[in-house]
Amino acid sequence: MTLEATYAGKTVLPPETRTGGESPTRRALRRLLRKKLAVICLVVIAIFYAAGILAPLIAPYGYNDQNLDLSFQGPSRQHVFGTDRLGRDTLSRNIFAARTTVIVTLATLATGFIALPVLLGLVAGYRRGFVDAAINRSGEILASLPGLPMLLLISATMRPRFNGWLQDIGGWLHWQGLTTSGFSDYFLVFGVLSLFGWVGGMRLIRAQVLTLRRSEYVLAAEASGASTWRVLRRHLLPNLMPLIIVSASSSLGAIAGSEIALTFLGVGVQPPHASFGVLITDGASRIALERHPELLLVPGAIIAALIFAFNLLGDALNDVFTPGAV
Amino acid sequence: MQGLAGYVVRRLLFLPLVLLVVSFAAFYITRWGPGDPISVYSGQYRDPEAFARVRHRYGLDQPIIEQYGIWLKNITLHGDFGVSFQYRDRTIPEIIGPKIWVSARLGVYAFILTFLIGIPVGIFAAVKQGTWLDPFLISVFLFFQSIPVLVSVPVLVLLLTVKLQLLPPGGFDGLFSLSMVIPTLALGLPGIAGVARLARAMTLGALHEDFVRTARAKGLDEYTVITRHVARNAVAPVMTTVIGLSLVGLIEGALITETLLGIPGIGAFIYQSVTARDYNVILTVVLLLAFAFVLANLAVDLVLVAIDPRVRLVDDGRGGR
Repeated sequence: MTLEATYAGKTVLPPETRTGGESPTRRALRRLLRKKLAVICLVVIAIFYAAGILAPLIAPYGYNDQNLDLSFQGPSRQHVFGTDRLGRDTLSRNIFAARTTVIVTLATLATGFIALPVLLGLVAGYRRGFVDAAINRSGEILASLPGLPMLLLISATMRPRFNGWLQDIGGWLHWQGLTTSGFSDYFLVFGVLSLFGWVGGMRLIRAQVLTLRRSEYVLAAEASGASTWRVLRRHLLPNLMPLIIVSASSSLGAIAGSEIALTFLGVGVQPPHASFGVLITDGASRIALERHPELLLVPGAIIAALIFAFNLLGDALNDVFTPGAV
Repeated sequence: MQGLAGYVVRRLLFLPLVLLVVSFAAFYITRWGPGDPISVYSGQYRDPEAFARVRHRYGLDQPIIEQYGIWLKNITLHGDFGVSFQYRDRTIPEIIGPKIWVSARLGVYAFILTFLIGIPVGIFAAVKQGTWLDPFLISVFLFFQSIPVLVSVPVLVLLLTVKLQLLPPGGFDGLFSLSMVIPTLALGLPGIAGVARLARAMTLGALHEDFVRTARAKGLDEYTVITRHVARNAVAPVMTTVIGLSLVGLIEGALITETLLGIPGIGAFIYQSVTARDYNVILTVVLLLAFAFVLANLAVDLVLVAIDPRVRLVDDGRGGR
């Protein structure tokens, strides 16, 4: 832990940390890179995200380029993984599905699993009192709701209204792309996932803040007149980083999985946009299953590999950040 | 009130408030969106006059707040959950009772599978700590956990039904039939990693206890030490915690598994009811699940305290976690 004191507006570090030079977070990440399995997982995740971000550049075809003469083709030189019912290239659709997963996971992670829990957890743990009670009680109520049924319910009833709003905004901005780009689907999916996702992270962070706020360095900072904001940002937040990284990384797999479930239930990403939910739902149809199992197996294997990599990485991060825990 | 008893009482007193807020939120969300059960039911061609008449009969033409008041009054005073719209005026308990029974039996099967594999694997991994077998075994089951149900069910159907032609493609004909194999595997396999990990951690904790050393010292063979002395202290807390915590996952898994395989359980029924905007059914199920979750979480908390006295549920000003 870094030991800091503020003197005359300057941060004074005790000698041992000044010579040590490396933050615990950095040290743990360096330890992570020494683990072979963790590096493999990082590479798998990096390839997936690169493919998703660069989808329009590397996909050989568009996600909705139909060619009915070539429907249900097996793997060939032109179409490495074959084509689907409408003659769309399976490889390209998988690459564009990765783009959907990238958008949904990053947006959900940033809002529902980092911004909201950190903010609410810090405030609840540090301020205590009424604010703490309010945040905790709403978290308790949200946590007692059945997750997927509620997500299904909200997306199902909100979708038409939400699309109506977006159409109004799009018309107002003279930007037709807003409704046709599938943006509304992404927004709805990550919105409902974030709404229900923040509770677990908030509790972890609040508990940690409750412990840290009694530690010597926080008391020292408070005694030397540091503002609440400064204590939160300079003293508490850096020491919460390991917890934030571990809890966020362990939820990435679940976020990717939730998109699939919501899309299968018809309230996630809508056709013709490609997502793993759309691809797997198509691939699970009877005719595809009996004659062209690759339509199920390719997206299924990709998403399972991604979630597996996330889970293994989450374990490895947990190991390097909390040494000694079983 | 102080201490643990006070904590339990406070949590239980909080339960009605949770149910009230949850019911209002669910009530408002379902009725606020466009479309209602009558328009779903009547389809594309409808007689406006008849449509208005039916809506009026169910009170759907009133403001949402008033509808909520009536609904709340019926529940609290008469225990009346209202009628289903998709099953023409039948009462809710009459419809969801059998469906919950189907899902519950499926859930029990899945739990049996999870524990039968997970607990021995966890204990074995703990005993083999330090060798390659320990991380390897846990990783294998972590892979099963990583496959979404939506992928595992069709893959199982592809393998066992289409290719090997061993099993029927879906449906539900009783507990002791082959049609239970795929849903049991799909719901049970993902949970094994969690159980195995917890069992591993509990075993590692128990391995260094004094009573284990005593058992070894009196000359018992290693197998007896593990099965009689270590496992017994690892199994009970693992089962309670996992059953409590995996209730959520099981319901979510059931929603997709039952829909895919055409099993008439509560999971598939939630989906149907949301699609049909069957307000009263949705509300009843959501409340039932919220009730179950609160009780399950409380049970898990209590077990965690029983396992590890350092866990602090009440912030008594002494810090701790």
